[in-house]
Amino acid sequence: MKSSQARKLKEWVIEKSILLSGIFSVVFVLLIFLFLLREGLSLFRGVSIGDFIFGKSWYPISQPPRFGILPLILGSLLVTLGAAAISVPIGIAAALFIAEIAPQRLKEILKAGIELLAAIPSVVIGFIGMITLGPWIKNFFNIPTGLTALTGSVTLAFMAMPTIVSIAEDAITAVPRQYREAAIAMGATKWQTTWRIVARAARPGMVAAVMLGIGRVIGETMAVMMVTGNAAIIPRSILQPVRTLTATIAAEMGESVQGGPHYAALFAIGIVLFIITFLINGVADLYLHRSRK
Amino acid sequence: MNPRYSQKIAFAVLLLATLLVVLPVVIILLIIMVKGASAISWDFLFSMPRDGMASGGILPAILGTLYLVLGAIIFAVPLGVMAAIYLVEYSSDNWLSRLVKLAIVNLAGVPSVVYGLFGLGIFVTFFRFGASILSGSLTLGIMILPVIITSSREALESVPQHFRTVSLSLGASHWQTIRHSVLPHALPGILTGMILGLGRAAGETAPILFTVAAFYLPRLPQSIFDQTMALPYHLYVISTQVPGIAENVRYGTALVLLTLVLLLNLAAILVRSRFRRNKKW
Repeated sequence: MKSSQARKLKEWVIEKSILLSGIFSVVFVLLIFLFLLREGLSLFRGVSIGDFIFGKSWYPISQPPRFGILPLILGSLLVTLGAAAISVPIGIAAALFIAEIAPQRLKEILKAGIELLAAIPSVVIGFIGMITLGPWIKNFFNIPTGLTALTGSVTLAFMAMPTIVSIAEDAITAVPRQYREAAIAMGATKWQTTWRIVARAARPGMVAAVMLGIGRVIGETMAVMMVTGNAAIIPRSILQPVRTLTATIAAEMGESVQGGPHYAALFAIGIVLFIITFLINGVADLYLHRSRK
Repeated sequence: MNPRYSQKIAFAVLLLATLLVVLPVVIILLIIMVKGASAISWDFLFSMPRDGMASGGILPAILGTLYLVLGAIIFAVPLGVMAAIYLVEYSSDNWLSRLVKLAIVNLAGVPSVVYGLFGLGIFVTFFRFGASILSGSLTLGIMILPVIITSSREALESVPQHFRTVSLSLGASHWQTIRHSVLPHALPGILTGMILGLGRAAGETAPILFTVAAFYLPRLPQSIFDQTMALPYHLYVISTQVPGIAENVRYGTALVLLTLVLLLNLAAILVRSRFRRNKKW
């Protein structure tokens, strides 16, 4: 009798800790936001939110300092749009090929290759981009430096592709067989079926894939810091050095004084990034659920 | 246009796109292997850096990364597996489980540099752990939590429902059922997630920038409250911050990091495919 009570107590403890562990993920999200606010909000005692978001100059160590992140937002936007323009068509096309056309053995190899690409650390991709792509772009366009927004876009495109390909491929594979059989039975070719039926049915999943890929690009830090040249000015062309939100935090945190306005400004950039990625992932998740139904 | 003809063109375009994704992987790997191999030696792997990193080895960076990854796993695996058990075995489809799932999606999407800020704010400053292996491991641990939860969830969900029904009908309690009839079958999948988490933690730089990584520290850490060098940050430092490092040393460092991460991923792929082949249901 006693041992049965001991067992019940043990199970009670285990089940409560399981429940607690589940809740911990929620706690962590809240804690991340809370600590960003805790360290970042003090900036807005001296700077208005409008001046922070739309201010055209980022001179954090001049006297007086200027904390306008518009150049950084535009830098992130330019690099991200460039990366999306490259990775979305290529990624979706590759997903269609892998899901619908490649024979089983080739499919396994290609999927492993894409997993490998996803696994390469961003600092290694940044290193390769800096040392091979940078000089190439410099010579090709005959410009003073190869570390530009375009270099960042190409580099980041490769980091977005694994996400886009694997999620889009899942969505395409999840399209019911009957759709394909019906189309083929009507006399459509394999390609007509793939493009007009399967790709269309998988569209919500593809939207989610694109959004998650873009989320990955906006949040990417090391590679983008190594290849974009890091000039915090409002970009006029894709062949200029730019600086992104993420790279600014990574590059300047070491020089900032803890508790000072510069330190707070970097955490405030963190708040902006957190909100942007929160929205993107939330919407992508809605689309993923829709595609599963 | 003739549909047969347009199909041929379309398939060729898709094939080309696929090659554009996969070939660069091969090229990157080849470049790093060819140019980095000459740097690899016993001395490079197992000795301290000397002359401000210009010569000597990268032992403290390799060991530092191993410590950090180990710390992250010790923290994240129990928490992640239990969270997955909660989602699959205990929660019904109520607001709490939906909230937990939403939180996991968002944890997975938080940029790595924001994890760095969080680690700096909470572990380094608030809990006063300082820039230390402890702070870095905890930060990395929270970052890989979604990877571990997601793969553990998939592993648990793949165990057929009748395993549970049979166990319950024999009078086993809910926890006994999970412990003896579900977890053993989900173990390979959980292991896969753990290895993938290891690989992810080993390669990340931004979360450790402000929480642990030392620029140049040619000795080994003595406790979990010490700073340490780490491989990915070391590669960043010698390729952008310190001029005059020999090219093959840079490539060699990249090769060591890449080998570590890819071996972990390869291990995960092998465990998973073995598991799939041996599955009897």
